[in-house]
Amino acid sequence: MGSSEVLKTPAEKDAALGTRDVYGEMLVELARHRSDIVVLDADLSGSTMTKFFAKEFPERFFNMGIAEQDLIGTAAGLALAGKNPFVSSFAIFASGRAWEQVRQALAYPALNVKVVASHGGICVGEDGASHQMLEDFALMRVIPNMRVIVPADGVEMREIMRTVVNEEGPFYIRTSRMKFPVLFPDGAGFKIGKGKVVRRGADLTIIAVGLMVSEALKASAVLAKKGISARVVNMSTIKPIDERLIEKCARQTGAIVTAEEHSVIGGLGSAVCEVTAARCPVPVRMVGIKDLFGMSGKSEELLACYGLQSADIIKAAQEVLKKK
Amino acid sequence: MKPQSTDELRETSRQMRIEILKMLNRAASGHTGGSLSAADIIAALYFRVLRHDPKDPSWPARDRFVLSKGHAAPALYTALALSGYFDRADLATLRQVGSTLQGHPDMRKTRGADASSGSLGQGLSIANGIAMGLRLDNSDANVYVLIGDGELQEGQIWEAAMTAAHYRLGKIIAIVDKNGLQIDGEVKNVMGVEPVDEKWRAFGWDVTEIDGHDFSQIVPALEAPRSKPATDRPSMIVARTVKGKGVSFFENQAKYHGVAPSSDELARALKELGE
Repeated sequence: MGSSEVLKTPAEKDAALGTRDVYGEMLVELARHRSDIVVLDADLSGSTMTKFFAKEFPERFFNMGIAEQDLIGTAAGLALAGKNPFVSSFAIFASGRAWEQVRQALAYPALNVKVVASHGGICVGEDGASHQMLEDFALMRVIPNMRVIVPADGVEMREIMRTVVNEEGPFYIRTSRMKFPVLFPDGAGFKIGKGKVVRRGADLTIIAVGLMVSEALKASAVLAKKGISARVVNMSTIKPIDERLIEKCARQTGAIVTAEEHSVIGGLGSAVCEVTAARCPVPVRMVGIKDLFGMSGKSEELLACYGLQSADIIKAAQEVLKKK
Repeated sequence: MKPQSTDELRETSRQMRIEILKMLNRAASGHTGGSLSAADIIAALYFRVLRHDPKDPSWPARDRFVLSKGHAAPALYTALALSGYFDRADLATLRQVGSTLQGHPDMRKTRGADASSGSLGQGLSIANGIAMGLRLDNSDANVYVLIGDGELQEGQIWEAAMTAAHYRLGKIIAIVDKNGLQIDGEVKNVMGVEPVDEKWRAFGWDVTEIDGHDFSQIVPALEAPRSKPATDRPSMIVARTVKGKGVSFFENQAKYHGVAPSSDELARALKELGE
């Protein structure tokens, strides 16, 4: 491992772990010691992975049927009764279909509900645009009191679960259908609201979230060979965003590329620009979905089609450096 | 609190109506018609039926009340004030900047409010969740929820209707304040909801119909389901009410849905209410 490497560059042979699979396992593990945990799903327990909890703790599991508005409202009520509800559906339904319920019933009264939405992003794949949620970071982070978290790998998801179970108030956490390369060693340390430098660098900073963190690490390795030193930050908390770290990266490296499996409107890139505009304006390029709906296809093909691979980050990095 | 007799409830609801009209007039905005149609039901709940303690609003064993038709907030606020949750003088701050009494209920601001509401269609889901949580803790508390008849047009109500029946939430006691009017006019002309009773029966609920202004019917209807086991069918009380009830020139007038009484109207209304 070179001196600039905090995390190694992911390779094909690396183990992959599903963030949703970890979610399902962690619910069971946490619930063994926490009788206040209840879980609600809307007929997708086999996909969101709440099925493990449902089997282990049937009296604390509520399948609400295909009714996401009622799903969120019922979770609010369970929180009012002192429970610690985890609520799951696909991201499109949890954050889209039930947006107003999330706003009114969860966030406005700041109730203790964790919305853990699976199948976020374009890597949903074959189901196509109707099921590919590319706007959830924007929809969720605009709501007061909401905190928005996206794991970069399964190990981080484990730590996110251990953390949020003890936190009061509403959260939106996005998991994915696709398995992600394992990046972090156990105990890497997740903190709400804290980004983490996962590769040191001086010429620019790539701020990434979710699946794009591993793409950013790959991009950084390629850029290094071209003589460009690209810092990589895993910004797993999109809200509250780590303003201090963004400002520090802007000052120290003078250019930023953001990378997210989400629309370039309103997501991580926007959140980063909100900070740089106020604290330290530097050139920024956003890698993300360019104001488009998705389509059917294999995950890897779609990530290529929509410009969400390391090559796209490399291109953006080279462009942004010209603006420095 | 000592449960009130039917005569005492009549006097309490008269006082509530007076306070509702005064606070709406002072705020110069708010929902007159639906607050008055719900006033008797809410009076019966807070002064006769609910197990609650104004000195301890978070008492775990208390019954809960979710005002799903949140625009009737003035009726809830007067009941809470007259019960002693907060000072009656606070009612004068309704809808003003910094007030504990928001235009629609905010449980984080108003002492004694069990849930925030205001966006129609959501209260029954919230009540169901409370009942599920209480049942997990073996509580025998009841969960009351008041819904408007126009509100029955919201799809989420019917999702929640299925949930309460599916999970056999015997501690759910819902009331429809069926005043027949909504902002744009008569419910039957805007988007018909009848037959209300048959719909709820078909969804698996025990349904009773009452006159929502007759305490000799309201009180028994609210009390009868209390002895049900927590795993019984949910209860629905369809209360026939009059929008603007108690003030002749507000009664059955859709235009007073979201309009506060002017000072002249207030004076005439208070006279009718014997103030």
